[in-house]
Amino acid sequence: MAKQLRNIRENLLLALDTLRTHKFRSFLTVLGVLIGTTTVIGVASIITGLNNRLVDTMEQYGSRSIYIFKFEPGIRFNLTREERMRKPLQYQDAVAIRQYCPDVEEVAVDMFYNGPAPGAKYKGQEMLDAGIQGATAEDFSINGATFVDGRPYTELEDTHRLNVAVIGSDITKRFFQGEDPIGKDIIVGGNTFRIIGALGKRLSFLGDNSDDRTVYIPYWTFRKIYPDAKENLIVAMATPNRMNEAMDEITAVMRRMRKVKPDQENNFGMATADSVIKQFNQITGMVALVMVVLSSIGLLVGGIGVMNIMLVSVTERTREIGVRKAIGARRQDIVWQFLLEAMTLTGAGGVMGIILGYVLNFSIRTLFPSVPSSVPLWSVFLGFLVSISIGLFFGMWPAMKASRLDPIVALHHE
Amino acid sequence: MEPFSTTEPEVGTGRDGYDSPSPDNIVILAQDLWKTYDMEAISVNALSGVSFSIVRGEYVAIMGPSGSGKSTLMNLIGCLDTPTSGQYWLNGRLVSELTDDELAYIRNKEIGFVFQTFNLLARASALHNVELPLIYNGTPPAERLERAEEVLRKVDLGDRMDHRPNELSGGQRQRVAVARALINNPSIILADEPTGNLDSATGDEIMNLFERLHQSGNTIVLVTHEHDIAARAHRIIHIRDGKIDRDEKVG
Ligand SMILES: Nc1ncnc2c1ncn2[C@@H]1O[C@H](COP(=O)(O)OP(=O)(O)OP(=O)(O)O)[C@@H](O)[C@H]1O
Ligand SMILES: [Mg+2]
Repeated sequence: MAKQLRNIRENLLLALDTLRTHKFRSFLTVLGVLIGTTTVIGVASIITGLNNRLVDTMEQYGSRSIYIFKFEPGIRFNLTREERMRKPLQYQDAVAIRQYCPDVEEVAVDMFYNGPAPGAKYKGQEMLDAGIQGATAEDFSINGATFVDGRPYTELEDTHRLNVAVIGSDITKRFFQGEDPIGKDIIVGGNTFRIIGALGKRLSFLGDNSDDRTVYIPYWTFRKIYPDAKENLIVAMATPNRMNEAMDEITAVMRRMRKVKPDQENNFGMATADSVIKQFNQITGMVALVMVVLSSIGLLVGGIGVMNIMLVSVTERTREIGVRKAIGARRQDIVWQFLLEAMTLTGAGGVMGIILGYVLNFSIRTLFPSVPSSVPLWSVFLGFLVSISIGLFFGMWPAMKASRLDPIVALHHE
Repeated sequence: MEPFSTTEPEVGTGRDGYDSPSPDNIVILAQDLWKTYDMEAISVNALSGVSFSIVRGEYVAIMGPSGSGKSTLMNLIGCLDTPTSGQYWLNGRLVSELTDDELAYIRNKEIGFVFQTFNLLARASALHNVELPLIYNGTPPAERLERAEEVLRKVDLGDRMDHRPNELSGGQRQRVAVARALINNPSIILADEPTGNLDSATGDEIMNLFERLHQSGNTIVLVTHEHDIAARAHRIIHIRDGKIDRDEKVG
C-alpha cells in the first residue's frame, strides 16, 4: 500500500514536471475542461444564490402561511374557458375558513388596487410608484411584517372604515427623512390617510420588493374607497406542524363555498412558501440540466483534445518509455504514469476552472448585487471530480498504447 | 530444472578454475538463437543459430566486427528482445514463457544492462537516472537517493550528480549508465561496450569495478572491441556474421 502511494507520488511529480515543461501546450489542451468546469461552477453558484435568496424571501412571509388565489399559481400563457369564467374569491370565503378549519389559526384578506400605481403625495412631494392595498389587521402578523414605528390598525378601525395607513419602508425613506411619520397625513389617489404605523424593510428576491412601496389601509376602508375592486387574496396561517391538514380543510371549505361538484377540479389555487420554492426548483433544475448538457459538450471536446495531446506525448517520449521498460517498469507502471499525467493535466484545468468560477461568482456579486450568487461546495467537488475523470477516461487509450510498447522497438525509435 | 529435461544443449568446453557446467550453475543457456529482421526488399539475419551457455560467476567478453550481431545478442540475453526462433533459458527458466511482469522484474532486479548508446533519460539529472530502477521496485525515496549517490561516487561522478546527460561528456554519460546498471546489485551484468567512450584511465577504473563485482560472485558479460579489455575476461566469444566464430578461454 505504502509502495503504491509512493508510486503515485512519484508519477504525480513526474506529471507536474511534464506540465511545467509544456506550459502553453498544456494550457491550450485543457481550455475545454477549464471552460466546462467554469460553466458548471458559474451556473451552479447563480442557481444556488437565487435559491437561497428565494428561500429567505419566502420565509419572511412565514412558513405556515397558505395563500389562496383565484388561479393556480405558476406561469401560464392562456386561460381555459372555465378559468375565464371564475368568479373572484369572496370575503365570506375567509370567514368560512376561519370558522370551519380547526387547523387554521388566523385568516387575513387582502384586496389589490386595480390598475397602474396611484402614487403617493406628502407635503408637495410625490412618489409615483407607490401602491395601495387593503388588508385586514391579521395580514401583518401572518405575513411576519415588522413595525419600526407605530402599530397595526385594529379591527375596530377596519370595521369603521377609518382613513388610517401603515406604510412600507421605501415610503418612509422617501417622505420622512429624519421625521416621525406617525400622525402625518399622506395622500394616495386623492384620499388622505393618517399614518399610524411604519414597516421595516422587506427582503426581496430580485430587484426591490413592492411591499416596501405599498400603503396598507384597512380592508373595509379600501372597499369603501374602491367599490369596483373585486379580487380578494386570502392568507391563512396553519397551526404549527399542521400545514397539510390545514390545506385539506381549506380545500374542502373552499370547494363548498365555490360550489364545486365532487367530480370537478378545484376552481381556485393555493400556494405556500414551500410550494413556491419547489416550483422554482423545477425551473432551476431545467436550467441545471441545460448547463450539464452544454458543459458536457465542452468537456467532451476538451477530452478529445487531451487524448490527442497524450498520444503526441506518448510518441514524443517513446524512447523514454523504452528506457523505463528496459530497467524494469511494468506495464502498469507505464499505464499509471500516463494516466496520472492526463489526470494531472485535466485536474489542473479543473482547478483553473474552479478558480475562474470563483472569480466569475465574485464579479457577478459585485456587478449585479441583486443576483446573490454563491459557489456551492458540491459544485467545486463535482467540477474537480469530473475534470479528473475526463483525464482518466480520455487518457486510458494513450496510456495503454504506451504500456504495450516493446522495449527494444521503443529504444530504437527516432 | 524442468527445461533441461527436454533438449540438453551442447555446452562449451571445460573451463579450468570454474565449475564445469551443470544444470545447477548455468545462468544463461542459449540454443540455436536466430534473429531475422524483415526489411522491405531483403531480410537480414542478425543472428543465425547461436548456442552457448554461461555459468554463474563467469566473466565473458564478446568480440566481433561491427554489425556482427553483438548488440542483438546482448538484447536477447537481457530479456529486452525476443528471438525469431530458438530458445533461451535464464536461471533455468524458459524466457519465452515468462509473463510481462516477470520480465520486468528480471530486467529490474536480476540483470544490470549497460547500453551501447547509454539510453539515459534526457530530462533527468544523473542522480535521477541512476535511482530510476529503484523506483520500480518500491525502494523508499531516502534510501534511493542514498544508494544512487553511493554508486555514482563509485564511478567517480560524485560532483556531477545534478547534471543532465547533455551537460555531461560521453565518458561521464557512460559512467552514469554503468552506475544505473549496478544500483540494484544485479547478479548478472551485461555491458555493451562499457568503455567505448572512455580514456584508458577511466576505462581501467570501470574495468576494475567490474573485476571487483566479478570477484564478489557476479556474472559478467561484456561486449568490446579492445583486446586488452577482452583480455581481462576469462572467456572470449568471437562473433562473425551472426554466428559464433570462436569460443576461447583466456586469463
Ligand atoms: N532494427 C533493425 N532492423 C534491421 N536490421 C537491424 C536492426 N537492428 C540490427 N540490425 C542489423 O543486424 C545486424 C547486427 O546488428 P548489431 O547492432 O547487433 O551489431 P553489433 O555487432 O552490435 O555492431 P556494433 O559493433 O557496430 O555495435 C546489423 O547488420 C544491423 O544492420
Ligand atoms: Mg553494438
